[in-house]
Amino acid sequence: MTNLPTTTVGTRLADLADAAVVGSIGNTPLVRLRRFERHLGLPQSIEIHLKMEWVNPGGSIKDRTALSIIRAAMAAGDLAPGRTLIDATSGNTGIAYAMLGAALDIPVTLVVPESASGERKQTLAAYGAKVVYSDPYEGSDGAIRLVREMVAGSPGGYFYADQYNNAANIAAHFTTTGPEIWTQTAGRLTHFVAALGTTGTLMGAGQYLRGLAPVELVGVQPAEAFHGIEGLKHLPTAIMPGIFDPSVPDRIEGIDTDDAFDAARALARVEGYLAGSSTGANLAAAARLGCELANEGRSACIVAIGCDGGSRYLTTGLWDLD
Amino acid sequence: MQNEGQITVLIPTPLRRFTGGEGKVAVAGSSVAEVLDALNAAHPGIGERLRDDSGQLRRFVNVFVNGQNVRDGQGIDTLVSAGDEVGIIPAMAGGAGA
Repeated sequence: MTNLPTTTVGTRLADLADAAVVGSIGNTPLVRLRRFERHLGLPQSIEIHLKMEWVNPGGSIKDRTALSIIRAAMAAGDLAPGRTLIDATSGNTGIAYAMLGAALDIPVTLVVPESASGERKQTLAAYGAKVVYSDPYEGSDGAIRLVREMVAGSPGGYFYADQYNNAANIAAHFTTTGPEIWTQTAGRLTHFVAALGTTGTLMGAGQYLRGLAPVELVGVQPAEAFHGIEGLKHLPTAIMPGIFDPSVPDRIEGIDTDDAFDAARALARVEGYLAGSSTGANLAAAARLGCELANEGRSACIVAIGCDGGSRYLTTGLWDLD
Repeated sequence: MQNEGQITVLIPTPLRRFTGGEGKVAVAGSSVAEVLDALNAAHPGIGERLRDDSGQLRRFVNVFVNGQNVRDGQGIDTLVSAGDEVGIIPAMAGGAGA
């Protein structure tokens, strides 16, 4: 029997080990989409694999990001008991913060555009997070600006998690997502496809994978500034995430909202996985890439990120029209 | 027309490159469809971002009249009158992207 931890930092890190939800983050399945490949008319030499991030307890890849950010903040002493974690989040990261905040006794305040769906607001409230609304016409960038004002107005009151500029976001994927994919493909992957929001997945997992093999890194963004692909940023017109290094992606594919939804619908109807529009965008990019490589007579093992599930978007009505 | 009058259209950030950076634009019209037509006439190119070739709202686009989503009413045929506020927001669970 050891003595009780004597430092605040020690106490908080011990909380991490106690929380069941922490231990259930990551180690998600990677599945090959043979039926989707055939649906696209691809030859067997072109493989498309999907990393099922919706299996995480908070329902998205953002559980990894939030855990990494919180762990780093605890280690640095930035999350002393009673201090509130705050961030701007258009959705999944907010759910992940709220979930971990509940399990780790961290007060969480989230700034979301007022246009967030009622279902999303209720989800955050169910975990006990405080939600502050920003101008819906200013989008996620407006939420970021409001957080900055709130933090500046309350010195020391908040830990600003700042997923767009926090190196722990990249570390999450460098230490978990990337190694999992390498192991699950036995090092066979040739292309890695990840949607760009904070860009943490591509920066972290991408750079890990490229350190081991000449994997081509494909970023995915909306083709237009005005789009409906949840969580993605149109980099030329948005606030550039501080963690983004433009020299990392080998290419960036622009995907139309309709194409992202068509791919998500195809995944549901051909494979039986109901995923969100960002997964659809990744699959649309993987499909484009696969067809291109097939036409060149090349073989490929493409891994795309399945960012989250589709059921959390039902109340946006996006599936109604199908 | 009796209903025709100045309508204020609220423009989200990613569409402001069509409006010279303006977040509010005044146009005339007696229905949402007419307002969107007038908006496109004043700011060419914005219309096709909002509607498909058949004139329907793109599926990720929500239009609000005084805070009410027109999808819950008469869609783009929803009537408007002078002083009304028409807002355009991408349909997203986590709120508008930008």
